[in-house]
Amino acid sequence: MSDGEAALSLPAVQGRRPSVLRRLLRRPAATAAAAVVSAFVVVAVAAPHVAPYDPIKMDYRAVRKAPSEAHRLGTDEVGRDVLSRLVWGARASLLASVVPVAIALTVSIPLGLLSGCAGGWLDGLIMRLTDAMLAIPFLIVAIALAAFLGPSLTNAMIAIGIAALPTFVRLARGTARAVTTEEYIESARSLGCSRVRIAVRHVLPNIVAPLLIQSSLTAAAAVIAEASLSFLGLGQQPPAPSWGSMLNAAQRYLVQAPWMAIYPGLMIFAIVMALNVLGDALRDALDPRAGGQ
Amino acid sequence: MSLALYVARRVVVLLPTLFFVSVLIFSLQKLLPGDAAVALAGEENDPAAVAAIRARYHLDRPVVVQYGIWMARVLRGDLGESLRNRLPVAELLAAKLPVTVELAVCSMTVALVIGIPAGVLSAARRGGPVDVAANVVALSGLSVPHFWLGIMLILLFAVRLGWLPASGYVPPWEDLGRNLTTILLPSVVLGTGVAGVMMRHTRGAMLQVLDADYVRTARAKSVPERLVVLKHALRNALIPVITLGAIEFGRLLSGAVLTEQIFAIPGFGKMLVDGVLNRDYAVVQGVVLVSATLYVLLNLLADVLYFLANPRLRGA
Repeated sequence: MSDGEAALSLPAVQGRRPSVLRRLLRRPAATAAAAVVSAFVVVAVAAPHVAPYDPIKMDYRAVRKAPSEAHRLGTDEVGRDVLSRLVWGARASLLASVVPVAIALTVSIPLGLLSGCAGGWLDGLIMRLTDAMLAIPFLIVAIALAAFLGPSLTNAMIAIGIAALPTFVRLARGTARAVTTEEYIESARSLGCSRVRIAVRHVLPNIVAPLLIQSSLTAAAAVIAEASLSFLGLGQQPPAPSWGSMLNAAQRYLVQAPWMAIYPGLMIFAIVMALNVLGDALRDALDPRAGGQ
Repeated sequence: MSLALYVARRVVVLLPTLFFVSVLIFSLQKLLPGDAAVALAGEENDPAAVAAIRARYHLDRPVVVQYGIWMARVLRGDLGESLRNRLPVAELLAAKLPVTVELAVCSMTVALVIGIPAGVLSAARRGGPVDVAANVVALSGLSVPHFWLGIMLILLFAVRLGWLPASGYVPPWEDLGRNLTTILLPSVVLGTGVAGVMMRHTRGAMLQVLDADYVRTARAKSVPERLVVLKHALRNALIPVITLGAIEFGRLLSGAVLTEQIFAIPGFGKMLVDGVLNRDYAVVQGVVLVSATLYVLLNLLADVLYFLANPRLRGA
């Protein structure tokens, strides 16, 4: 290495902070949460190989059987294996946590950048629209949209994505606006960079971190929202399994078959808790000032 | 700045928000797949019925005119008619309001009783086992699906122990004792979620205040720690928590959808779900409109409370 190269690389080495991933994994709670989320993804993806039974095959000789050797978590009201339905149901939850976040990110990044960088009447219009959407609670927006769009998992995911949108747009716009007042943006402007180039090359990388944190928290909220919509019959349609619709059926057999209600809820709780812990840990790792607050 | 001027300024900002809320809710109708008149006619596929609905709801007029007609009716308090029982939606909503308000008040009480002491204790014992435990409980409260928690509480307290009724609602003026037993479980379910939010905010606000100079001065003067925390710190830390309380109350008024459904509490939430299940779109629009308006007004109340509680704002 030449002297020049050494001089260039030295400050970087001295001033290097541990990577976000390392800072994240230093926290035992975050590691455990990451393990839970990973396990959930693996189970959802490998459902055909993991599930012991066909999740929609009914068996009227095994109706509402308590957990046993044959059926580890028991069977439901038409003799389907609860464990197999939980494993396959993870797919609906995984989709419901990823797709709405992807919808929210895809729409909010350009809108937030446009609103934050352009300002003026367009910014005003976009902000008033997000204010209006934020005035209606998240789940109500999702339920109302899903009701009007028609019941299906796809429509439920679109509804959840739209319901999550205003928070993302506000966050992207707020961060973009804060970044545009920085001196380096002023420098880029004075060097003749176009507005689009400034937005994409200089502002965009700076709004990624808060959006990443929000994505994790929204994924958690989306899992609950999908379960809620499926519980109401507005999400995954029978006989396809979903944790929410399993809980809906379980409600009628609380006395005879409590296991039908216990396990799907525990699954939702575990994955939502893990995503929330990850979101909190991400926030602390990416924004140390917020740590402990 | 005077309170009147402050409120007037906030109202001016709220008006466009309410306008856009109404536009969004009106647009819901346009999401119905296919012809809205056919969808509104439901099971009846009679062309005459569809034509009657089209004329009645002005669906043959331009969208802007339709919005104008709808809005003019809403401003007169006419939210349309339930397709199911032909009763005015406004009347149905008025009947459900006391139930929803009672549930929200009881849930808020649970949230305050758990959330604020837990937040104070957690901040006072920062990093200790109490702090860790309170954080875990708060995060659990935020992560647990409320409708599942409701089912589990029914399983334990109604099915297994038989202490409380599983579902149903008795108005307080009929039998106060039974009213309280029917409202207890749903209030605990909703309250735990809000308690988690309250705890985290109280803790955050307390930690900030406990680091302030005047608290250090109080400690330097040998003021007992209990007084430092409860008198000096908590009074200031509660200012943001009061506003959060008003906002959360607004959320409770409309966010109790599944909890009301599970416990068969006849409030806004159950009305919304019934509206959705019966494809009674006027009811769905009415509930969403009223909930959103209440939420916006409670946000205004939160701002006013913040203004009143914060002397620095009044002097500005």
